Amino acid sequence: MTVGFNRRGVLTIGAGALAAATFGGTMTALAANDALDLINKFTDGKKPVEGKVRLDLPEIAENGNTVPMTVSVDSPMTEQSHVTDVLVVADGNPRAGIATFRFAPASGVAEANTRIRLATTQNIIAVARMNDGSLFMATKQVKVTIGGCGG
Amino acid sequence: MSVKPRIKLDRKQVKAGEIVEVKALVAHVMETGQRKDAKGEIIPRKILNKFSCMVNGKQVFAADFEPAVSANPYIQFKFKAQESGPVVLTWQDDDGSTIIGQETITVG
Repeated sequence: MTVGFNRRGVLTIGAGALAAATFGGTMTALAANDALDLINKFTDGKKPVEGKVRLDLPEIAENGNTVPMTVSVDSPMTEQSHVTDVLVVADGNPRAGIATFRFAPASGVAEANTRIRLATTQNIIAVARMNDGSLFMATKQVKVTIGGCGG
Repeated sequence: MSVKPRIKLDRKQVKAGEIVEVKALVAHVMETGQRKDAKGEIIPRKILNKFSCMVNGKQVFAADFEPAVSANPYIQFKFKAQESGPVVLTWQDDDGSTIIGQETITVG
């Protein structure tokens, strides 16, 4: 064992710190990548509230190259009240961005599914913006056996 | 580039206001721009960065993809059927090209 900071070690520390902070209800911890920057940019510095958003991912992903992910938001999807966009980020990938989904009342249901790459065990964070500007979020940790961003 | 996306609607004949589920898969490398080749040179990024679905010319769903979306990107979403017409799915490549797929829906 070598002593010092290797890449994996740094990522693990960052992911742990963010997980602790999220459970503590604050969003001020240091992430290993630009996840918080992306969230702050999306929310314009406002703090999203836990709830309404649902993230469906496997607890353990054997292959980080293709991890199925479903994000859905509880909303009537009417002209008066609907989801406009949902940002999904990962706090342990080399780059945090995963995808942004854009909905409209014509979507009927605010739900999207895609397959993503995860480099290591980390948290996935989804932030939803409603048409009235309110923000909701959900976090889910995924344990990754074989990373999917290597080269 | 003649990539043909695979698109599946769960129903093509629906009543007005019913929800239709769309599943689409398109063959693409989704190169992240972070991998290196055998010589140690970075393989340039090449991904599909934008996706949209228009029903009768009206956008019902769209997405921005980052390199963290897997190769051969799969996308599944729903929309509320209002009237008959074309369902057009468009993917935008980093190189400016587009991949377009089309289905038709009948409301009645």
